[in-house]
Amino acid sequence: MDILHKVPVREQKPQERAKNFEEVCLGYNEAEAVSESERCLNCKNAQCVKGCPVAIDIPAFISEIKNGDFEKAYEVISASSALPAVCGRVCPQESQCEGKCIRGIKGEPVSIGKLERFTADWARENGVAPKGVEEKNGKKVAVIGSGPAGLTCAGDLARLGYDVTIFEALHEAGGVLSYGIPEFRLPKQDVVAKEVENVKALGVKIETNVVIGKATTIDELMEEEGYEAVFIGSGAGLPRFMGIPGEQANGVFSANEFLTRNNLMKAFREEYDTPIMKGKKVAVVGGGNVAMDAARTALRLGAQVHIVYRRSEAELPARVEEVHHAKEEGIIFDLLTNPTEILVDENGWVKGMKCIRMELGEPDASGRRSPVEIKGSEFEIELDTVIMSLGTSPNPLISSTTEGLETNRRKCIVAQEANGATSKAGVFAGGDAVTGAATVILAMGAGKAAAKGIHEYLTNQK
Amino acid sequence: MYPIVKKEKLADKIFLMDVKAPRVAKSCEPGQFVIVKIDEEGERIPLTICDYDREAGTVTIVFQTVGASTERMQYLEIGDFFGDFVGPLGCASELVGADIEELKKKKIVFIAGGVGTAPVYPQVKWLHEHGVPCDVIMGSKTKDLLILVDEMKKVAANLYVTTDDGSYGFHGMGTNQLQALVDAGKSYDHCVAIGPMIMMKFVCLLTKELHIPTIVSMNPIMVDGTGMCGACRLTVGGEVKFACVDGPEFDGHLVDFDQAMKRQQIYKTEEGRAMLKLQEGDTHHGGCGHCEGEN
Repeated sequence: MDILHKVPVREQKPQERAKNFEEVCLGYNEAEAVSESERCLNCKNAQCVKGCPVAIDIPAFISEIKNGDFEKAYEVISASSALPAVCGRVCPQESQCEGKCIRGIKGEPVSIGKLERFTADWARENGVAPKGVEEKNGKKVAVIGSGPAGLTCAGDLARLGYDVTIFEALHEAGGVLSYGIPEFRLPKQDVVAKEVENVKALGVKIETNVVIGKATTIDELMEEEGYEAVFIGSGAGLPRFMGIPGEQANGVFSANEFLTRNNLMKAFREEYDTPIMKGKKVAVVGGGNVAMDAARTALRLGAQVHIVYRRSEAELPARVEEVHHAKEEGIIFDLLTNPTEILVDENGWVKGMKCIRMELGEPDASGRRSPVEIKGSEFEIELDTVIMSLGTSPNPLISSTTEGLETNRRKCIVAQEANGATSKAGVFAGGDAVTGAATVILAMGAGKAAAKGIHEYLTNQK
Repeated sequence: MYPIVKKEKLADKIFLMDVKAPRVAKSCEPGQFVIVKIDEEGERIPLTICDYDREAGTVTIVFQTVGASTERMQYLEIGDFFGDFVGPLGCASELVGADIEELKKKKIVFIAGGVGTAPVYPQVKWLHEHGVPCDVIMGSKTKDLLILVDEMKKVAANLYVTTDDGSYGFHGMGTNQLQALVDAGKSYDHCVAIGPMIMMKFVCLLTKELHIPTIVSMNPIMVDGTGMCGACRLTVGGEVKFACVDGPEFDGHLVDFDQAMKRQQIYKTEEGRAMLKLQEGDTHHGGCGHCEGEN
C-alpha cells in the first residue's frame, strides 16, 4: 500500500460525463474504503475534528471502517451530522478536516470526505437510518427553510424531543441541495431526498409551499400557532448582477435561475415541461462553486463554456476538486479577465461580451490580491449566453416582516455565532441568511449551534 | 395537495378555478399572485389572484392555455388536485391599505385586457366593498373571449366593454374607449391597467399624454417567485427591479416596456417555441389574444 497517497477514487471518464448528468465521482467500494481507512493514524488530539464545523468524531468513525463495522461508523457520524451523504460530496475538505490531517504534512491527507460518503451511502443501501427519540417534550419549534442549516437544526432539535415543523417556500425540500447543486455532483433522488427522509424519520414535519413573510409571519407563528422558538435558515436570496450595459438582454441569466431550471425543475429531462436556454457558446462570470456548477451544467446541455474570472487561478473560491473536474471536462478558463459590457444584437439577444484583462495588485481587506485593469487591453468574445454567478444578497422577506429583528449593513440577519440568537427573543438564525453566501457545511454548523441555543433557551425559560 | 373545488370555462381556452389553499386564502390581498404547479413534471406558473374566500379557504385563479403546463391544467376537474400552490407572492395593490377617504376623492379608471380582467376584478370588488366607486374599461379581441362581464357589472360604477372586431360593446381597443370617454368630458386622476404588455404599453403612452398616473401589473417570466432567480427583472425608471418581490405593480410611466416585451420572448425560440405558441408567455394573468403577432 502506498501510505503517502490516497486510495484513488473511481470517476466517470471526462469525455463521457461531459455528455450526461450522472454522478461524476463513483465513490469507494468496501475494499477501497477499508484500505483508505488504514492510512488514518487515529491521532489522540485529532486536528481533523477541529477542522469540521459540526465536529464529527472522525478518528472514531474511521476506526469503525477499519474494523469493517460500517453500521457503527454511520452511528458515529450521524450523532454529529444530519447530512453525511451530502457533506461527503460537497464539503471543501481540503480547507477543513483534510486540511488539518497530520498525514497531509508529508504526502496526501486521509480521504475523510470520501470515507464519510462511503459510510453514508453504505447505510442508505443497507437500509440503516438514524434513530429518533421516543420521548417528546411537547414543545413546538418552527424552522424556516429546509436547506442544510434548517435540516440540521431540525434534526438536532427532534433528537432532543422537540416537535419540529420546517416551512419551505419551494415545492421541494432541500434548499440549495435541491435547486442549486447539480445532479452530477449531488444526486437528488438517491442522496438529497433520502437525507430529507432521514430527517423526517426523526419526527420532523416538513410543510412545503409556505413563504414565511407572505403566507404567515414569524410573529404569527409564535403568537397564533404556538411555536415557542423559531430558527431562520432561509438562505441567501437575491442574485447579484454586475451593473454593466447589456445585462438585461435576452440570454443573460443569473446562475440561480439557470441552475434552478435545471436542478429543481429538471429542464434536462425530456418529460418535464421546464424550458431552458441551451446556449452554443456560454460565458459564466464568477469563480465560485456555483460558477463551476453552472458552467458544467451548460457544458452538459451541449455548449462550449468559458469561465470568466477577474483574479487568477490561486484565488478561485471554488473547491479544488470542482475546478479540476471542470478543466478535465473541457471548460475554458479565462482568468484575470473582467467583463465591461454585454454586446446585444438588434433583437435584444446576447451576441458577445466586451472584456478587459486584469493584473493582480496589492492585497485587499480580504487578504486576496485585488485585480487591477490593464489599460488598453479590451477585447471581445462571441457568445449567445452569459450566466452571472456573482453571489447573492439577502432576501428581505423575513427581516422586513418580523418585528424587532436586527439586520446589518449588508441586510444579513444579525445572530450570535455561538448559539444563533438574534435580537428578538425566541428567534434564532443561521446559514447564508446570516453570513451571506457560504458553504453547505458552514450552514450546517450554524444550524447545529442554533439547535443547542434553542434548547438552552427553552430549558432555561421556565 | 391542493384540491379544486370549482371549475368554470369562461371562454375559449380560458378557465376559472377555485382552489383550496387555506394559508394563501387567509393572508392574500388584491394585486398579489400565486404560483401553481400541476404535478412533478409541471412548470411553476405564476397567476394573479382573481378572488378569495377567507372562510372557505379558497383562492380563485383564471388561466389561459398557452403552454405545456396550462395545456394540461385545463383537464383538471373538481376533486382533482394541484401538486403545488404557493402564495400569496408579491406586494398587494397600493390601493389596498390606502386611506379610504382619500380614495373616495379620486376618479379611478381600470383598463383590463383579455385575461387581465381576472386580476382587475378583485381590486374593483375590494374598492366597491369599501364604498369607492370606479369605472372599468374591459376589452378583448372578440365577444367570445370576454370574461367576467356579469361579475364586473356588479362591482363597477360604470362598465365599458370593448371588442377589437366590434362584435360586442364599443368597437375598438381600451385606449380608444378611454380617449372617447375623455373627449366626452370624463376626467380621471388614477388609472390601473392590466393585460398583455403591448396593451399596457399603449395605455401608458396615452395616459402620459392625458396626465393620468397609471399603475400596471407586470407579468414577466418567473421561476421561484420569491426573489431568488432574477428571471423577472425589469427596468423601472432606470433601475433594475424584480417583479416578484418589488411588484408585480409598478408606475407604468416608468416601465421599460420594449425591454420587458423582448425579455418575454426568451423561451419562445429554442424548445420553448412550441409550448409558448400564443402571444403571451406562460406567465401570470397574461394573454388576451389582443395582440397576436404585434411584438
